[in-house]
This record gives sequence, structure tokens and C-alpha cells, in this order.
Amino acid sequence: MAGRARRVTVVRTRGGLSVRLDVPAVVAGLVLLAVALAAAVALIGSGDYPMSPAEVIATLTGGGDAGQEFIVQDLRLPRVLVGLLVGAAFGIAGAVFQTVSRNPLGSPDVLGFAQGSSVGALVAIVYFQAGTFAVAAGAVAGGVITGVAIFLLAWKRGIHGYRFVLVGIGASAMLYAMVLYLLTKANIVDATRATTWMTGSLAGRDWDQLWPLAAVCVVLVPVLLFHGRPLRMLEMGDDAASALGVRGERVRVVVLLAAVVLVAAATAAAGPISFVALTAPQLARRLSLPRFLKGAGRGTPLPGPHLLLSALMGAVLLVAADWAAQRLFGADQLPVGVLTGVLGGGYLLWLLATERKAGRI
Amino acid sequence: MLVDSSPEATAAPAPVIPRRRHLLRSAGLLASFAVLAVIAVLGIAVGAKQIPLDQVWHGVFHYSGTDTDVIIRDVRFPRTLLGLIIGAALGLAGTVMQALTRNPLADPGVLGINAGASAAVVSAISFFGVTSLTGYVWFAFAGAALVSVAVYVLGGTRSATPVRLALAGTALTAVLVGYINAVNLMDTAALDKMRFWTVGSLASATLPTVGQIAPFLAVGSVLALLLARPLNALALGDDQARALGARLTRTRVLAMLAVTLLCGGATAACGPIVYVGLMVPHVVRAITGPDMRWILPYSAVLSPVLLLGADVLGRVVARPGELQVGIVTAVVGGPVFIYLVRRRRMAQL
Repeated sequence: MAGRARRVTVVRTRGGLSVRLDVPAVVAGLVLLAVALAAAVALIGSGDYPMSPAEVIATLTGGGDAGQEFIVQDLRLPRVLVGLLVGAAFGIAGAVFQTVSRNPLGSPDVLGFAQGSSVGALVAIVYFQAGTFAVAAGAVAGGVITGVAIFLLAWKRGIHGYRFVLVGIGASAMLYAMVLYLLTKANIVDATRATTWMTGSLAGRDWDQLWPLAAVCVVLVPVLLFHGRPLRMLEMGDDAASALGVRGERVRVVVLLAAVVLVAAATAAAGPISFVALTAPQLARRLSLPRFLKGAGRGTPLPGPHLLLSALMGAVLLVAADWAAQRLFGADQLPVGVLTGVLGGGYLLWLLATERKAGRI
Repeated sequence: MLVDSSPEATAAPAPVIPRRRHLLRSAGLLASFAVLAVIAVLGIAVGAKQIPLDQVWHGVFHYSGTDTDVIIRDVRFPRTLLGLIIGAALGLAGTVMQALTRNPLADPGVLGINAGASAAVVSAISFFGVTSLTGYVWFAFAGAALVSVAVYVLGGTRSATPVRLALAGTALTAVLVGYINAVNLMDTAALDKMRFWTVGSLASATLPTVGQIAPFLAVGSVLALLLARPLNALALGDDQARALGARLTRTRVLAMLAVTLLCGGATAACGPIVYVGLMVPHVVRAITGPDMRWILPYSAVLSPVLLLGADVLGRVVARPGELQVGIVTAVVGGPVFIYLVRRRRMAQL
């Protein structure tokens, strides 16, 4: 990882409280937050009844007419909030998985959690023709059961990153086979519905989907953020980290459990939207920083897992993808999952192509 | 098991031990061949219609056009042959890929080869109205080849570190999967065909298909086996490998070429059968240790054992119908794989 000199400002108060401020990371975070909010406003404004950003903001602050009020508050705001939270959940969970597994490909869809959720949801769709709520319940059940199973199977005197990854791909293999089997057993209508669900979509999401997800995020995101620094120390290896007072095993168990539950909740709300968890942490690390920030060379990847940046990047990715999908194909013609991959993958390809210097990975 | 993984053996091997291990490994390879032969016979003998062994013999060697002869000669024999060469190809490809990217997760999926083949096939179905499997073959192959070249170029031909290759492959997969999903959702008829191709099956094997695919797989296999030593050097890391005189770029280009030929051919013939190439190398490394000169031949023999065994099992459990081989490999291979992961420390890459 990049071990270049970075400017870290320590703010100390007289009361003895001190905070380390990683200036480049803070700037990057603020930029991402601004982009996420802008994308959210743009998304609320797009659809069959277009609204200008000014109108959207006016309506959100209580200054719109009744029609606009209804469209924003009842239809589009919950959808956008679900998008932001789902993106953030996938982004932060992806960062956790990639850090613990020490593998840039260690994401929920590689390690079997997405497939577990899909099996649960597809069973509900194919065998019970279930409604939205039952499908979400099936997804949560499938995801959590998968998570616990992988945990127990990978547990042997602790969670070893490498073993965790291998058990995860083994489980992923079996579950994906079940998904394909269910798809061949379904009639074509159910197969189409199942494919749509597995692609991931924000269409028609309302407050009912938002609250459970919001509750999970409010509890678990702070838990993960609190473990950000121990996680970064664990990247140096367990021995070095434990010398600094980090209990590797405990940290890993806590963050993995939290990440699994977050992924399950996000999947239940919007389907297993692929590649957000995989690409968001990678993109967050590669945020090119403006030249005027001394201490961070232009384009220097940030070291270590940046959980908060990954969450923000995930939110940006998902909402921007949803907005682009509506712009390109008309309202709700194609689910957002089609575009997250295209956007995230495309951006990552562009970064790879422009990162000329070797060793900048 | 064949591996001598006690700490004494690895700590200070007496000069006798290597020779014994060498003998053990050779014996193990011969035993694997024997198992493969048995499985291949089963593949011809077992199926929806139960055919006694003497008639199987008759069908293979004294073809006279009876019903059973036709089943043996035109259905089961090509199917078994395809399983053999596809299995070996997938095993070799997975091994080379994991060595090349030094990533335990590497499989044809990671470098985007499956996505390339699938994207080409879904385009063929949706836009060109291709319906036959023989029609898919060339599209799949072209898609796979195109994507692997793209991955190598995007991964940075000169600075293609393992992680860069894997990321480029994954990023490209992301883009292609978006495209595949879009076509599937807009064109229900395409989805209806794709869902049966994606599962991965040997059921549609014919001798012409085998003939079309075999040359690619043969060249790829030879290339993969010849790369054993350079890949051994790669495992030490770039600097060490250079110091030993390995030519990194040449090795990587040839390895990518081998993988493209093997995976492209295999995927084209019977859809993306993913997990054979992913799992077998891990199992083999647990048996042989880290030497590619052993891992490659073992993978080439044990992968078809898994694939054909799964194919036979799929015919037996679902008589008179069958389960597609891609499903059986995953459901049978998964638990075995997880058991092995838990039992021993897997050889790290």
C-alpha cells in the first residue's frame, strides 16, 4: 500500500480530547458527500414528472405545492433514501470483507452471501409465488443462514482470512448452482421475476422498505466505523496489531457479523445489487486528490480500508446509477443493478488504464 | 491421503524423503489415471437406459446400428469424450490462472472469460437469432478470446501485476454482466434459452462439437504443461523470478493464451462450468504441495474425474431425467472442498 508521507493533523482541545484529522481523507469524504446529495436531488427530480433541482429542494423544505409534495414525499424521497442507504451498506460491507479476507475480490457476491440471499428469495418466488415482503424475508433468511454457516465452517481456532475466503467461495459455488437450478425449474414468468430481483432494483421502494434498513444502518454503521482503525492495524498482520493492543480475532468476528447483517438488510431492500460492494472500496482508495493538498501526491491511493469513504462511494455509485438508468432508458425500464456494474466496472477500468505507474494497485 | 504434512517432514527433510515423496506422487498420479479410466467407463455405461456392459463393449467396438449401439456411439461416447477433454481443460486453466494471478479466487469467472462468452452468446441469441448449440460455439469462443485480450491490455501489458489482472477482469465482468442482464430482461425469449445454457451441461455433446473444440484444447493443454517451470518461478514474486532468469512478460502472455484457449473452448462447448477449475487446484495443492510440475498433471487428471463423476451422478439421481453437470459439480464439489479447507492448512499462493 502507499506508504508515502501524509498530512495528518491532530486537533487537541484543552480538555485533553484529541482527534486525528486525516486531511486528504476528510476532503475526499466531503466531496463524496456533496456528490451523493447532488445525485440524490437529481434523482428525486427525474421521472415521468420532471422537477428542477430548485423545485426539489423547495419541496423538501416544505415549499412545494400539494402535487409536488406527494410526488417527492411519498414516491421519490423514500426510494432515494433506500438507494443511499443500500449503497452505503454495500460499500462499507465490501470494505470490511476485502480487508478481512485480504483480497480485493473478497466481496459479498464472491463469498456467497448474495447467492445465499438469492436462494432464499428464489425459493419464495418459484415455489410460493410470494409477494414482495415474503421475498425480502426469504432473502434475509437465506443471507443470514449463509453467513452463519460460512462462519461456523471457517471457524477453527479463530477466523483466518484465507480460510474464510476459501470456505466462502466453496459455499458460493453450491448456492449459485442452486440458483441456476431454481431458474431452470421455474416457469418463464417466475424466471423473469427472479432475474429482475437478482439484478437489483430500486423501483417502487417506499417507506416500508426504508425503516428496517435505516434501523440496521443506524446501529451497525457506527460499530463498523469504530473498528476502522483496528482493522487498518490488522492489515499489518496479527502480531504487529496485537503488539499495539488490537485483539485481532474479536475485531474480525464483530466486523464480519455486522457486515453480514448489513448486506442481508440491504439485499432485502433492493436485491443483491452486484459490484457496488466490490468496486466502491477500490474506488474510494483510488480517489485522486487535488494537488494543493500537500502530503498526498496527486493520485496517491489512500492507505488502508477507508470505511466511511467506501460507504459514501457506495451511496454515490448506486444513486448515480439509478439516475443514469432513468435518463438512458426512461423511468424504471431497466433495474439499477444493470447499471451499477457498468458504471463501477467502467470507472475501475478507466482508473486502471490511466494509472500508468506500476505498483499503484 | 498422499501428502506427508507432518512438521518433521517439512522442517528437516532427510535426503531419502524427497525421493519417497516423488515415488508417492508418481504412484498417486497413476492411481488418479486408473480412477479416471473407471469413471470414463461408467460415463459410457450408466444412463437413463440401463445397458449391460457386454452391449456397451459391442456398441463401442462392433457398431451394428442397434438401438443400444446408437445410444452408446452417438450419445454417451461423445458425451464422455467431451467431459474428459473439458474437465482436463478446466483443471489446467484454473491452475494456470491461480498461479498467474496468485489469487486463490481466480477462475474463468475472474478474468472475465465466462462473462465474455456469455455476452457473446446472449447477443447471438437475441440479435442474430442463433438457436443451435453449434451456433453458440463460435460466438462464445470469440467473446472469450476478445475479453482475455482486453483484460491483458487493460491490466497493463508491461505492468500487469496479478492484482491488476484480477481487477481488470472483474471490472470488465461487471460491465458485461450489466449488458447480459439488460438483454435478458428486455428479451424474455433470450432469457429462456440462456438459463439452460448458463447452467453448464454436457448433454448436447456430438462428435462434430468435440472435433471442433479439441484442437484448441490440445494446444492450450500443451502450452499449460510447458509453463510449469516459469510459473513456479512466478510464485516467488516478480523480483525473485527475474533473478532466476524467468521472463515475466513472456510467461504471462503465454499463460493468458493458454487460459483463453482452454476456457474459451470449454465454455463454448458446454456453457460456463465454473467451479471445477476453481476448486480442483486447491484440492491438488493439498495433495502435491506447491510444485507446478506436479500440480498441472494432477489437475488435468483429477478435474475430469470430478466432471465425469458429477455427470454420471446427475444421470443416476434424476432418472429418467438428469441434473445438469454444472449443478452437480458444485453441490458435490462444494462440501468436499470445504472439508479439505478445514482439514489442513491449504497451500497458500
